[in-house]
Amino acid sequence: MDNLLSITTFIPAIAAVILGLFLRGDDEDAQRNAKWVALIATTVTFIVSLFILFEFDPNDTGFQFVEEREWLLGLKYKMGVDGISILFVMLTTFIMPLTIAASWNVKTRVKEYMIAFLVLETLMLGVFMSLDLILFYLFFEAGLIPMFLIIGIWGGANRIYASFKFFLYTFLGSVLMLVAMVAMFYDAQTTDIEVLMNHQFSSDSFSVLGLYIVGGAQTLMFLAFFASFAVKMPMWPVHTWLPDAHVQAPTAGSVVLAAILLKMGGYGFLRFSIPMFPVGAEVLTPLILWMSAIAIVYTSLVALAQEDMKKLIAYSSVAHMGYVTMGIFAANQQGIDGAIFQMISHGFISGALFLIVGVIYDRMHTREIKAYGGLVNRMPAYALVFMLFTMANVGLPGTSGFVGEFLTLVGVFQVNTWVAVVATAGVILSAGYGLWLYRRVVFGPLIKESLKSISDMTRREKAIFAPFVVMTLLLGVYPSLVTDIIGPSVEALIVNYETALAAAAEAAETAQAQLSE
Amino acid sequence: MQADLIVILPEILISLYALVALLVGAYTKQDDIAGLMTWITAAVFVLMAFWIGTTGGSAQTAFDGMFHDDGFARFSKVVILLSAAAVLVMGQDYMARHGMLRFEYPLLIALAAVGMMVMVSAGDLMALYMGLELQSLALYVVASLRRDSAKSTEAGLKYFVLGALSSGLLLYGASLTYGFAGTTLFSGIIAAADGQAPLGLLIGLVFVLAGLAFKVSAVPFHMWTPDVYEGAPTPITAFFATAPKMAAMALFARVVHDAYGGVVADWQQVIAVFSLGSMFLGAIAAIGQRDIKRLMAYSSIAHMGYALMGLAAGTVFGVQAMLIYMAIYVTMNVGTFAFVLSMERDGRPVTRIDSLHLYSKAEPGRAFAMLVLLFSLAGVPPLLGFFGKLYVLRAAYEGGLLWLAIAGVIASVIGAFYYLRIVYFMYFGEENEGVETERSPILAALLMTSATIMVVGIVNLFGVEGLAGVAAATLVN
Repeated sequence: MDNLLSITTFIPAIAAVILGLFLRGDDEDAQRNAKWVALIATTVTFIVSLFILFEFDPNDTGFQFVEEREWLLGLKYKMGVDGISILFVMLTTFIMPLTIAASWNVKTRVKEYMIAFLVLETLMLGVFMSLDLILFYLFFEAGLIPMFLIIGIWGGANRIYASFKFFLYTFLGSVLMLVAMVAMFYDAQTTDIEVLMNHQFSSDSFSVLGLYIVGGAQTLMFLAFFASFAVKMPMWPVHTWLPDAHVQAPTAGSVVLAAILLKMGGYGFLRFSIPMFPVGAEVLTPLILWMSAIAIVYTSLVALAQEDMKKLIAYSSVAHMGYVTMGIFAANQQGIDGAIFQMISHGFISGALFLIVGVIYDRMHTREIKAYGGLVNRMPAYALVFMLFTMANVGLPGTSGFVGEFLTLVGVFQVNTWVAVVATAGVILSAGYGLWLYRRVVFGPLIKESLKSISDMTRREKAIFAPFVVMTLLLGVYPSLVTDIIGPSVEALIVNYETALAAAAEAAETAQAQLSE
Repeated sequence: MQADLIVILPEILISLYALVALLVGAYTKQDDIAGLMTWITAAVFVLMAFWIGTTGGSAQTAFDGMFHDDGFARFSKVVILLSAAAVLVMGQDYMARHGMLRFEYPLLIALAAVGMMVMVSAGDLMALYMGLELQSLALYVVASLRRDSAKSTEAGLKYFVLGALSSGLLLYGASLTYGFAGTTLFSGIIAAADGQAPLGLLIGLVFVLAGLAFKVSAVPFHMWTPDVYEGAPTPITAFFATAPKMAAMALFARVVHDAYGGVVADWQQVIAVFSLGSMFLGAIAAIGQRDIKRLMAYSSIAHMGYALMGLAAGTVFGVQAMLIYMAIYVTMNVGTFAFVLSMERDGRPVTRIDSLHLYSKAEPGRAFAMLVLLFSLAGVPPLLGFFGKLYVLRAAYEGGLLWLAIAGVIASVIGAFYYLRIVYFMYFGEENEGVETERSPILAALLMTSATIMVVGIVNLFGVEGLAGVAAATLVN
């Protein structure tokens, strides 16, 4: 099939349109139908995406399954996947049916809820597949709309503040990227990502308003993209929207946010920042490495002080994203392999952790850590799952969390030892807040009256966690599953990056020589 | 002479129609044919738009270059006539139910349309002024159509006084230009101001630009907009926000390129400042508004800022971007005002934004259409409003106005807040007495069509891109 990617992308959107146009009423039956339509659509999407995975050839480092059509303004509708993006596509299609299943207890405006999630899936898939600059931006930004509604309509008590903060924060981050895209469009006369990756943007240093900019246009463009991706990631110090959004979002919203939406930032660095602006990336690498190291330590410390479970996990997400940026900008095989691995694994682990909070939130309607304690007495299965994912979050060998952290640390150690040293301290801190949370919620005597009648996980909940458990352990003991797929593409990326840097350095030297003559 | 008349045949026909209809109205003395007349006027507009859009070939001039009939004029006229027809049709029921539907209403709109058509075709400062005044005088009257309402008469008076002032500025600029160029013909002015313009001509240019900026309500000549928007009856406000804006913007482009095309660098900076001020003032001042009509006034100021950004580029692509932006803007506004018109409680119109609390529960379909329009107005992809912004941003960048492009996107983030606020009321709000919806099928149809265009249009813009490109190419050469 020529347009497998488009089909995968738009199945959820079509299901959303069908729901929107043909499903009437808001009674029990209509609600059930909406849920089933959403579940079936997302499952079908996952099955179709498996075809992409099976037919994907990891040794071909170019884009595969490419579709291309003309669009307005000289833009293109171009889709394709390579070793870097395919696993994000798979992660998305894998997570979505599970989040729909986890939302089975939603009671208000079920139809709209399902439509919002289906549209969101289409937009997320589009982000990872699009090979046109503006098409990417379209999907990237459009995702704000359903997420804004999801937080605002189905969120917690302080949802209005959180939804506005989420929207405006991320919107502000990405409009500068739009200006940079316009500049790239003008410079290269195309928006085709494949072409742009081989286009040399000017890296001659110049001064603006008395400010000497090393790396010139590349540095500026890099910064514009960085503003967007750093907010999305989110990196310290622009991470403050995330805890608010996470705390207020409904469980499924948090899962999607943590498991998939945050990955768009990392994906963006790999797809745009490093290959297109190598000189800019090199100039700013030390800054970003240190920002990552600070993020890891600082947000871990903040996580220690949280009293709200979701907020704690949100801060832990920021810390884990710190490993990702660190790995990416180490710019060597281990670093980038590790970063992608960490993103995939964090998708499973953080998604599962938010679901874990959701399980007890559904029963007790509070996320306060203080409100719990001794759950192991009444919820043994829950305690087991919770323990597994706490360990994975801490980075225990045997779980996928370990592989990502270890690889990124190895990668960055070769580039900047001190950053690696600081970041390793974060591993200990993550054990600190992870285990402490677990002890306060699960262990201890069951003294709270309200908890005496709490019930263990239902069969539906167990079924939702099973795939997460399998993936976390599987990737933990057999990481080649991921690295075999991403390896060749990452290698090509690094080779290109280094060639481009060497070429730029040579050009600068020639210019210098001419100047001195 | 006869050839000249053929060129301006559409304008003549609409004028004749207006005069005949006026006689019919005056002799029957019946306001109950007003409804019918509104429909006929709209039909005439659509017919003329169709005619202008499908015929014509190469550019023609009439009356020794005072009147241009080129691709640019045709594009603008089609947009003007279609939006005027849409606004007439959607306001008809509202006017009838509030006892404002007099037969003069469609006729004045028809005369205003003729004025606008002359404006966009003007090839001479006199023709320009004639069109502008015909349009303005008709609009002053309709703004105060509701004679017994203090707000409406205030709106009309304010509009008139400030409009007269701006006309004065424009005329002063025109006379200076005439004094230094020795002619009022655009072709003569451009010859006199090639590369290096005499100082008097530049001062004249600035006055002309100030007068035009008043008509497009660009900062710092925007003060009348919120009051007039709020005071005028809602269908009239809808009209103000659409066709005259398109006409004034097209006229703006016509004057700066046809008459002052030789001194691009001189007017570029002026327009860039207009644009910058409008975008930020529109974005910031709208935040505090509680009335949806005032809010839309500030929103239109901001949108004019973006359209001017395209113009400020001073290139063919800039004009094309401006035309596309205006076409999208007009479409969005028709839909938005169709929604505003349908807001009422106990048969009385409601314009307070907080009355929209939880509107989405009562009317999911309309709320969703409005949601699409609001995000489109805010310029959030993937909706058409985003593409309008993309075009003008690109134009600004190519015109060397990187700083303006950056300022524009930042203003768009600030502006997004107040559009989101309406979404907040409609979707996240709490229960209160809410609004009822006037179940007019016309309003619903216009709202839905406009929202659908915002989504479906991203596939190929319905070919408007190419048309606007051709139109822009005929203007700038």
